[in-house]
Amino acid sequence: MEKNNKLSIVTKGFFKENPVFVLVLGTCPTLATTTGVIGAVSMGLAATAVLICSNLVISLLRKLIPDKVRIPCYIVIIAGFVTIVQMLMHAFLPDLYELLGVYLALITVNCIILGRAEMFASKNKPLDSMLDGLGMGIGFTIALFLMATIREVFGAGAFAGIEIPFLKDHTVSFLVQSPGGFLVFGLLIAIVTLIMTSLGKKAPELGCAGCPAAAVCNSAQGKCPEKEVKKGEAENA
Amino acid sequence: MNRLNISVSPHFHAKATTRSIMLDVIIALLPTTIAGVWIYGLRSLAVLAVGIGSAVIAEFIFNLIAKKPCTVGDLSAVVTGLLLALSVHSNMPLWQVAIGAAFAIVIVKGVFGGIGQNFANPAITGRLLMAVSFGEMAKAAFPVADTVSKATPLAVLESNKMMFENGVYFIKNWKGDITGQTDLLSLFLGTRGGAIGESCTVALIIGCIYLLARKVITWQTPVSFILTVFVLSLIYTKDFNMALAYTMAGGVFIGAIFMATDYATTPYRPWGKVIFGICCGAITVLIRFWGNLPEGVSFSILFMNLLTPYIDKWTSKKPFGGEKQ
Repeated sequence: MEKNNKLSIVTKGFFKENPVFVLVLGTCPTLATTTGVIGAVSMGLAATAVLICSNLVISLLRKLIPDKVRIPCYIVIIAGFVTIVQMLMHAFLPDLYELLGVYLALITVNCIILGRAEMFASKNKPLDSMLDGLGMGIGFTIALFLMATIREVFGAGAFAGIEIPFLKDHTVSFLVQSPGGFLVFGLLIAIVTLIMTSLGKKAPELGCAGCPAAAVCNSAQGKCPEKEVKKGEAENA
Repeated sequence: MNRLNISVSPHFHAKATTRSIMLDVIIALLPTTIAGVWIYGLRSLAVLAVGIGSAVIAEFIFNLIAKKPCTVGDLSAVVTGLLLALSVHSNMPLWQVAIGAAFAIVIVKGVFGGIGQNFANPAITGRLLMAVSFGEMAKAAFPVADTVSKATPLAVLESNKMMFENGVYFIKNWKGDITGQTDLLSLFLGTRGGAIGESCTVALIIGCIYLLARKVITWQTPVSFILTVFVLSLIYTKDFNMALAYTMAGGVFIGAIFMATDYATTPYRPWGKVIFGICCGAITVLIRFWGNLPEGVSFSILFMNLLTPYIDKWTSKKPFGGEKQ
């Protein structure tokens, strides 16, 4: 990462490395909370707050955390911040707290936060990590907002709870059900990929570093059984 | 002197094209279409027109946007639109029919690569989109002349409240009051509540015979599907006439004949077709008797569509001298 490119660290999360549509992380909250715009945006903002804080702390502690137990350490840090956000929301925004329900607590195991901790914060300086958290969080929020807008407007005939005159009588409630969520998700990924390829930008090859399961995955450690088989075949030939 | 022509194989071509097969399907659907319009009135013509029209327009526009050769001429979009319109009732709001047809063409067929590449039957999937989205699907239309019926035979199948007495089935609501009646003859002729194309069993059978004679479909899937529904209903109800009524009361015939025989989404080997039909029938009966929904034909076909690659794998023939897999 170039040193004087702080702005690009933030902006790459918006579109080029959008966590939802390009990195395909955090699919569970994306599908679950995008039935309405209000829930989606507040979910995005809550995750952003946690992401910035956890990236900062993980980046600060990156030399202290032993490599073998890094995932539990990350989880503890993230869970701490999630609990703070949850308590704040419960105290000051009880309606939103009710709306998000279990998904607020599930931010703890949100792939985006764990993924950025593993991919970015554990290798970069605190300020960069915070900016990365901010960019990714905003990208997540944008993605959720887009999906929720489509689903709520056409599925429920409303926008942020405000009914739209013509559409409210012509709803396709499939869109606010879970299969509709998958459909909109897939179509948006397709559109984003289409825009990326037409701009000539390839989606970044992420490799195994971003995968939280890399520690236990054989292929990430070069022990993939398929590769061995192929190697064996090559030797036989 | 004989002229010797040298050319590469194949030397003989079958005359069947996508267009001719689709035309055969449309011809086979004509009896049930006419019967549907006859039974449910002119409103069903509007539904059919919107279904076909929006399917064709959706196909045209999608090909235009995706920069693909225009495939409207192969009539497959017409068949999809027609089947979809036949599988809904005649009082459906027209915009919902249009959305269902466009979804079937664009999402189920177009996005996956066009004709032959779809993972599931477009008409079935479009119908299910409408079933899960629009409450209007649950209400059924009734024969124009019929003023007695208040519920479809199928709407009461789930709770098994169809009562058989002297050849007439009394349909009861959940309180036990008789709300309508039907008999085997009206189930056979289609003068009962239901979707435009599903009710007239005799017209569907005529279409099936035509398709079999033209070798567009084979007998395995329809026969095994319908027989399975009949036999399992017989086991469940322990009454021959009741089982007959259950077999004819829903969309079993149109599903088994026209939707479970789609080339792209059903097995290609004979035994695969039998497995496909039996599983469809079994799932239909399971959903009808123990599921939440009154009818299970569409879901069973969609589910088996997804399993088709595996059935093909199990039943594929090992080539002579071929290696063991």
